[in-house]
Amino acid sequence: MNAHPAIGPALGQPDASDDGIAKGEVLLKVDNVSLSFGGVKAITDISFDVRKGEIRAIIGPNGAGKTSMLNVVNGFYTPQQGTITFRGVERRAMKPHHAVRQGIARTFQNVALFKGMTTLENIMAGRSVHMHRNVFWQMLWHGPALKEEIEHREKVEEIIDFLEIEHIRRTPVGKLPYGLQKRVELGRALAMEPSLLLLDEPMAGMNLEEKEDMSRFIIDVNQQRGTTIALIEHDMGVVMDLSDRVVVLDYGKKIADGPPDEVKNDQAVIDAYLGVAH
Amino acid sequence: MAQTTMLDTFPKYLLLNAERFGDRPAMRHKDYGIWQTWTWSRQLDEIRAFALGLQALGFSRGDKVAVVGANRPRLYWTFAAVQSLGGVPVPVYADAVAEEMAYVLDHAGVRFAVAQDQEQVDKLLSFRETIPALTDIVYDESRGLRDYPRERLHDFAEVQAAGRAALAADPARGRAWEEGVRAGSGDDVSVMLYTSGTTGRSKGVVLTAAASVKAALDTVRFDGLTEKDSVLAYLPLAWVGDHYLNFAQGYVSGFCMNCPESQQTVAQDMREIGPTFYFAPPRVFESLLTSVTIRMEDAGRFKQWLFRHFIEVARKHGEAILEKRPVPLSGRLAYALGDFMLYGPLKNVLGMSNIRVAYTAGEAIGADLFSFFRSLGINLKQLYGQTEAFLYVTAQKDGQVRADTVGPAAPNVEIRIADNGEVLFRSPGQFSGYYKEDDKTAEVLTEDGFIRTGDAGFFEADGQLKIIDRAKDVGKLKDGSLFAPKYIENMLKFFPNIKEAVAFGDGRDFCAAFINIDLTAVGNWAERNNIAYASYQELAGHPRVYDIIAGHVNEANRRLAQEPMMAGAQVARFLILHKELDADDGELTRTQKVRRSFIADRYGELIEALYDGSTEKYVETEVTFEDGRKGRISATVRIADAAVHGRPARPHAEAAE
Repeated sequence: MNAHPAIGPALGQPDASDDGIAKGEVLLKVDNVSLSFGGVKAITDISFDVRKGEIRAIIGPNGAGKTSMLNVVNGFYTPQQGTITFRGVERRAMKPHHAVRQGIARTFQNVALFKGMTTLENIMAGRSVHMHRNVFWQMLWHGPALKEEIEHREKVEEIIDFLEIEHIRRTPVGKLPYGLQKRVELGRALAMEPSLLLLDEPMAGMNLEEKEDMSRFIIDVNQQRGTTIALIEHDMGVVMDLSDRVVVLDYGKKIADGPPDEVKNDQAVIDAYLGVAH
Repeated sequence: MAQTTMLDTFPKYLLLNAERFGDRPAMRHKDYGIWQTWTWSRQLDEIRAFALGLQALGFSRGDKVAVVGANRPRLYWTFAAVQSLGGVPVPVYADAVAEEMAYVLDHAGVRFAVAQDQEQVDKLLSFRETIPALTDIVYDESRGLRDYPRERLHDFAEVQAAGRAALAADPARGRAWEEGVRAGSGDDVSVMLYTSGTTGRSKGVVLTAAASVKAALDTVRFDGLTEKDSVLAYLPLAWVGDHYLNFAQGYVSGFCMNCPESQQTVAQDMREIGPTFYFAPPRVFESLLTSVTIRMEDAGRFKQWLFRHFIEVARKHGEAILEKRPVPLSGRLAYALGDFMLYGPLKNVLGMSNIRVAYTAGEAIGADLFSFFRSLGINLKQLYGQTEAFLYVTAQKDGQVRADTVGPAAPNVEIRIADNGEVLFRSPGQFSGYYKEDDKTAEVLTEDGFIRTGDAGFFEADGQLKIIDRAKDVGKLKDGSLFAPKYIENMLKFFPNIKEAVAFGDGRDFCAAFINIDLTAVGNWAERNNIAYASYQELAGHPRVYDIIAGHVNEANRRLAQEPMMAGAQVARFLILHKELDADDGELTRTQKVRRSFIADRYGELIEALYDGSTEKYVETEVTFEDGRKGRISATVRIADAAVHGRPARPHAEAAE
């Protein structure tokens, strides 16, 4: 309940990140991107876009290039060809932390948390991008630095409340079951208040109940916080239920793009998933 | 003492507390990681705002309001707000499925419902159309409800805002509201509590204001509760225990109620709050002890030694010190050191450092378990209560506490034992009837106004009541001795190796029992003793396991023999069942209670074998797997004799007739 009037109302409101893009406009545009590692062509000539406020799924069989695509988007790989335009600005080669500054946060296929740190500390780490006091202030941890810490803690507590992980606030994440670790990782990504959230297989390794919970949280993040989401997922039921539009990759190429129903009945997609006699 | 002030409704106490304890905390709730506090005067303000807001929604005197959800300040405020307007709050179990909830709301004729969150709102919306009386739903947490059609669905904060606006526009409305509270009558219905319905459809227990207040005043005085006490409100809102212990006692004494952050954080919240008054059913204490034991097994050798040593010291002297009995100086010194080294820190971890009074009730509690907590210096006592009594029927006095009794009659309660052994009582807080079910009310009331509890019991020589079983399950052996199956089963179940027991004997020559071993405890023992086993069935049939269980049965018989009323029904023969009793097979209820008649049907052959003198019996049993498939298991079950104490050995077979 919103007992604390100072923080309460912020919860239900759309994302504060002001990226100057109206809902439904193109937030991220990928044009003719190709990526290869030596002779291996991971991604070949792919184009698609993500619109503000939507849930966009990237699917495809194993090795289709989904994670590579995500790594390109968040700046971990620099493609040899093609351009990426985020928030209307064409991107040059850059590092992942630049992507974070621009408002892209992500979670990983294999949970990548600080195992020895608590849930609270992990999510607080997600706020570091928004901390402005320099290292000396942080060491003093007084006056403005303390005030800043408190402001960030309030944001983090909102996220903890939002994801219903109050009971593990002080638990080292290494001790948590996998499903909860995934939730903490989502919390850390949310703490960055991204305008684009990339989720790499958010349901991998989860049981049915955990999947349902996670789906609920993804929808809530999208609707209540207004965050745009691009996700990779293998569970077709989840993808079809959650996403507004789906792009399908196979062997590094785009084979389909459109609303879930359309993609589901696309012959090329069915062939890619079920295989065809050659 | 201030709390003895006699008023006759809870809203009147609200006004009084806002005056006498205005700046003292009335309510705390952990939210966004921080304990938020409302003083009594702020609480009054919140309740008044909500009450005026309800008025604006068209609330009229006598309206019933369902309250659905977990322990949240706003839901507790709803109780008082509704009462202040002459309405009746009807708390409903939050985990009830929509169908059960619909039954209660329809039966009670509820007009408004105040729900905690989207989950509860969804349930309510699923049947709102089928209940003509139900008009408006108010919710506490708005999460997920943003896009719901707003028609007849209101945010709690908005209702309060409307109330505050009305008050600001016309301060006379606030005065009128207070006048209304002061004009409230003790004869008004204070609350309707629906029974949990384990024995059929749930019934609405109607409690009037004056009776409820009177009952609460008695126990507040009995345990010396004051405005300086605090409780953790974590029990189900719809259960009489929560409404009585937290809400009623809180309003009368002015103590502070603390609402946990969520259901999963209760243990942590308890540690942070350190309540002074605490209630938990026996299984909670049991799981606490188990977790302590398990964590100690992981500790280093020195710590383990320290733990064992000081627990032994506590066992020797702890209870005597608690009860202020004479203890040798060396014992006191050892205990003081133990308090510093172990009991203090342990109580701190459990959140029990500040407890002055703790109660347990609902089930029998093992003597060892009970003593463990008391020996740490926690004043744990037992009470026996009923919804129809507005909780207390009996309660143990400080210093006169035993594990196997529930204490003498609570203040101003009269108790009588009927000819059939059933406990009857008459109490200040007793209900005025089941709502709309006069025939059922008549069934439980005697001609002179006592209430039948349905439980069988008797008074011990020291005036403490002992509850032995449900009255309908109590029978007699052929020789006329009393046979109370649950009492015998509990005696057996207190051994950690025994998970479940079913006793037979009504109309028989002697008493016999089925036993289920506890696979964790016995499995652990087997591991340490290099006994290999592949399944429950194999371990259960192991001769050495039979020896262990025979020892337990022997010990239970020895204890039974010491009790004149029970000595006749010692367990003369037993067998260890070849499968675990399981709710999936219908042998247990979903709340893990034994379904006697079902077991008697299903295992008829085995019961006969217990009584015809055979030493083993081949049986085949159908089982249901977790995925719903059925299978059969077969086994030859051994039947063992057990030593009987203090009376001539019986023939181990029934005489042929």
